[in-house]
Amino acid sequence: METLITLLVGVLVSVATYLLLSKNLIRVVLGTAILSHAVHLLLLTMGGLKTGSVPILEDGVGTYTDALPQALILTAIVISFAVTAFFLVLVYRTYQTAGTDNLNEMRGSSDE
Amino acid sequence: MNNILVFPMVIPVITGVALLFFRSYPAVQRWSTIAAMLSVFAISLWILEDVRSNGIMRLDFGGWTPPFGITFVADSFAMLLVAAASFVSLICMLYAVFAGDKRREYYFQYTFMLLLIAGVNGAFLTGDLFNLFVCFEVMLLASYVLMTLGGEKKQLTEGIKYVLINILSSWLFLLGLAYVYGTLGTLNFAQLSLRIAEAGQPPILTAISILFLAVFSLKAGLVLYFWLPGSYSALPTAVSALFAALLTKVGVYALFRTFTLLFYHEPSITHTIIGWMAITTLAGGSLGAIAYVDIRKIAAYNVVIAIGFILVGLASNNAAGIQGSIYYLVHDIVIKGLLFLIIGTIIYLTSNARLDRTSGLITNYPILGWIFLITTLSLGGVPPFSGFAGKLMIGQGAISSGEYVMVGAAFLSSLFVLYSLIRIFLNMFWGEVLIPRKHQIPLPFPLLAPLVVLAIVTIGLGLGMDFMAPYVTDAATVLMNPEVYIEGALDNE
Repeated sequence: METLITLLVGVLVSVATYLLLSKNLIRVVLGTAILSHAVHLLLLTMGGLKTGSVPILEDGVGTYTDALPQALILTAIVISFAVTAFFLVLVYRTYQTAGTDNLNEMRGSSDE
Repeated sequence: MNNILVFPMVIPVITGVALLFFRSYPAVQRWSTIAAMLSVFAISLWILEDVRSNGIMRLDFGGWTPPFGITFVADSFAMLLVAAASFVSLICMLYAVFAGDKRREYYFQYTFMLLLIAGVNGAFLTGDLFNLFVCFEVMLLASYVLMTLGGEKKQLTEGIKYVLINILSSWLFLLGLAYVYGTLGTLNFAQLSLRIAEAGQPPILTAISILFLAVFSLKAGLVLYFWLPGSYSALPTAVSALFAALLTKVGVYALFRTFTLLFYHEPSITHTIIGWMAITTLAGGSLGAIAYVDIRKIAAYNVVIAIGFILVGLASNNAAGIQGSIYYLVHDIVIKGLLFLIIGTIIYLTSNARLDRTSGLITNYPILGWIFLITTLSLGGVPPFSGFAGKLMIGQGAISSGEYVMVGAAFLSSLFVLYSLIRIFLNMFWGEVLIPRKHQIPLPFPLLAPLVVLAIVTIGLGLGMDFMAPYVTDAATVLMNPEVYIEGALDNE
């Protein structure tokens, strides 16, 4: 199971990298969103993927699930949600002000 | 009780949120911000003194003892930085208050400045790696907003690059966290340090440490500084001073914490890489500082040079080098704030950012001119000012560990710093008076007062080195002896 998820993370990262390298701003935003999902999956996998056990260590309980990675991911998801929302608004605003969503046309400043 | 430790982070958060309800009362916004920062500064000085006399202070949130709960750990290193950062942000906010940019104030400028400071102080105080990530994000989100607040075209396009590069580095940070948790099963600094020491830092941990090196270098502007000059020169004065004084320093703090407390077992690999990165940064920053005529760019490259300089102290990895770095960090927080405030003021007064289009400003604004000269000398490391002790001790540290190339690069870069700023001074302040005194834009005293205060502080830090010495020595002792930190942060009774 871990191997499978790790492979999935790899696929997600390569998709995200492809999107990040494009010139269209919306694709770049989507790339960052996919990138953060990839790392959340990785965090989950790092805690070990077991099913059917409780997150508490008690007498008589042989196996238990590590609850910490899930807490970490929850925080990371909230943060990446906020950042993605902000980034989307920023991109839209830039498109309105600069009149373009092409990254190539946003290089440097005009006074140089 | 140790609960006082939470205030440097919580006071700015609460004040910032409360200010959301006073949108149409600029006076309330201004003065409650100043009051909040004053109290944070006072509290951080009190904690600093307490930590020096009673040892490391710790707060376990909700009574969950480490390594299970969330903790704040204050040693002298963290508290020195919290105190310096709070003081300089207080001054930057005073400048913002007197500059009185009504539109930005209406759009919650002070709230986001306060949240930025909450993130910075939290990052200095936190005792585990994941909270460091969270505090970084708090700080970064506030900085994204401050960066783009105002919506000018240049701010927006530079903002996109800034946000993107930081999202990527946060991603790498999370990746590092996942690997550390997967290999060591904990994220608490003290417990991590213990487990790494038990395992003797095998190659896999060294590889992970390189990942963290990349992340924090990006935040600090070490080698990976290409995003910095563009973004810093698109900002309004008070915010640019805040950024220059604080943001990169948090990255430097994280580098010091990880490479003195966690990954210190393979200095021949990690610290050598840091050394070469520092040299590259010094060279790149020096070239940038003399290449431009835009004074904002020159100031931004001076930030880069300082980062390289501080990291020379970490790379030399001995007591003198670390002490020098701490002196220089505190000095740099003050002086970069001052430098960016001056540069912003000059641009406000002359409405141009090129050094070859203005001259004779010292006749128009004599006090500003003299403060700029003091800043120049202090940044260059001339003795009575605050840059001297740090440079001296970093030099001593690097020589005693036999890193002569680093010593050469470090002191050569000081000459470049001096040259780049003297060039601004000679071109803009000396020479023919271009603006007749009758037509000059007045520089009101309230706007000048923050600059005067910071200039007095840089002289005071230079002359009062002995006063700071016990705190710096204590901070360096903790950094050089991880077991002291571990005992303070993990001891349950």
